[in-house]
Amino acid sequence: MISEQIYQRDVYGQTLVDLGLADKNIVVLDADLSSSTRTNLFAKQFPDRFFNLGVAEQNMMATAAGLASCGKTVFASTFAVFATGRAWDQVRLAISYNNFNVKIVATHAGITVGPDGASHQALEDIALMRVLVNMNIIVPCDGPQTADAIRVAASTPGPFYIRLGRSKVPTIENKGEFKLGRAQLICDGNDVTIIACGMMVYEALLAIKNLAQKGIKARLINMHSVRPLDNEIILKAARETKFIVVCEEHNIVGGLASGIDEVVAESFPVKVIRVGVRNRFGQSGEPDELLKEYNLTSSDIEKAVLSNISSS
Amino acid sequence: MANKQLTIEELVVKAKEIRRLIIQMLAKAGSGHPGGSLSAADLITALYFNVLNFKSNDPQWPDRDRFHMSKGHCCPLWYAVLAKTGYFAQEKLFTLRQLGSILQGHPDRKTPGVESASGSLGQGLSIALGMSLALKIDKKDSRVYCLLGDGEVQEGSIWEAAMAAGHFGCDNICAILDSNGCQIDGKCEDIMGLEPLAAKWQAFGWHTIEINGHDMQQILAAYAQAKTIKNKPTIIIARTVKGKGVSFMEGVVAFHGKAPTQEEAQRALKELE
Repeated sequence: MISEQIYQRDVYGQTLVDLGLADKNIVVLDADLSSSTRTNLFAKQFPDRFFNLGVAEQNMMATAAGLASCGKTVFASTFAVFATGRAWDQVRLAISYNNFNVKIVATHAGITVGPDGASHQALEDIALMRVLVNMNIIVPCDGPQTADAIRVAASTPGPFYIRLGRSKVPTIENKGEFKLGRAQLICDGNDVTIIACGMMVYEALLAIKNLAQKGIKARLINMHSVRPLDNEIILKAARETKFIVVCEEHNIVGGLASGIDEVVAESFPVKVIRVGVRNRFGQSGEPDELLKEYNLTSSDIEKAVLSNISSS
Repeated sequence: MANKQLTIEELVVKAKEIRRLIIQMLAKAGSGHPGGSLSAADLITALYFNVLNFKSNDPQWPDRDRFHMSKGHCCPLWYAVLAKTGYFAQEKLFTLRQLGSILQGHPDRKTPGVESASGSLGQGLSIALGMSLALKIDKKDSRVYCLLGDGEVQEGSIWEAAMAAGHFGCDNICAILDSNGCQIDGKCEDIMGLEPLAAKWQAFGWHTIEINGHDMQQILAAYAQAKTIKNKPTIIIARTVKGKGVSFMEGVVAFHGKAPTQEEAQRALKELE
């Protein structure tokens, strides 16, 4: 089910170039991180439709809004901490309130940013974007899904936040069709449902294999579309399985888990266990060390299932 | 231009009509910002009646010039000018700040002629920059005008945008700084000094024009000069009086964000006859 490891941001950069060839209306902005976000690929190919705004994220977001007001489809990229935190007021009023066609594609999200440490590890970005009206949020799980997300964002009017990581991620095969607001059932089972997004989908997949050996049949849902959520698949899981485990490379407050909590609490309350960063800031370390330190590995997911399955 | 060019005398009369509408709208609404609306009234009246290219019956006309009011709290002025230039019926003005109105307390795309929301200070020059870049990509000759407040330029993001517009040589941008010297808590120079304003903008790569923002001749000359400047953006630093035209509001900080009472409105309208 798993093949090569690739950088999501490489896929992003290449997809932007492909889109730029077909659509002259696409404009790309960056804030001095174009070699990291890979928007430099677009810059090289289309210098007249790329603007590097320097280390000025607030200006970048409102400039994106101004471009969109003139009919442009704008991609604006920087690291996730800056895109969502530094420029939140501009994202709120100039992009989200105006409902402009701006696609914020943020890289280096989550704890796996690694050695740069807490200042650069966005663990609140989904929360900050999830409260904004009109904002669509996609957290792709791998390289090919990144291309799908970028293409869907480009062809769907309105603001998007697309969250990408820094590190290479394995490709997850046989996910099925990609649709905004429709999650993907990766494997079926009725003992427990695991819902994950981003790189945590792979960790969940590993956990599910181990659980299967212990006779536990877990359902795995790739909730790439964090906003709008796929309420139908969540409520089906709530009805059919005993409990839900939500896995995300984000603070347990305000992110995917909170979204799932809101859906089940309102319509079909079941137990929801959160595997995420538990109200701590990050720190320096290698990605695999940090995943262990912050209890975000497949074995943490497995434990979360095992320690709750008997009581359910 | 949607309207024929007005003479200086006609513009003066038109600005007075706009000021009357501002007072009437605010008195009816019971809240809002008269001081900065009145200080920029001459600048924006001249812009819409003699400078800006637009079709009020086709607000999305692709070749239009863009105007963005970055100091969004002064939208009563914008709304009055939009009504007077035919974007919507004048009686709509008296729905300002009411539930469901197309005239929100701060600019909103619900209003015909408004390109982008504003109200959080410091964002508008970046919006103008984005418009400028889009027009350049499309090789359009349209220009972008953006009204800033002087208190507003205390926002750091203004200088991010100023730096970028200078860097990209956005000569299709003409910013208008309504330098009335007052902000909510007092005089700008006491709260957070701004001077020397012209030197600051020049240092960021802008052409600067300093004028008396209530002298129609100087206003029109400044807009004309701005159009001739190549390879750099222009800012008109317009020295104005907050509350201009109403004696008891002039230079009075309290009228930044306080609507006139009915009695005050009557007195103000008498002065503006």
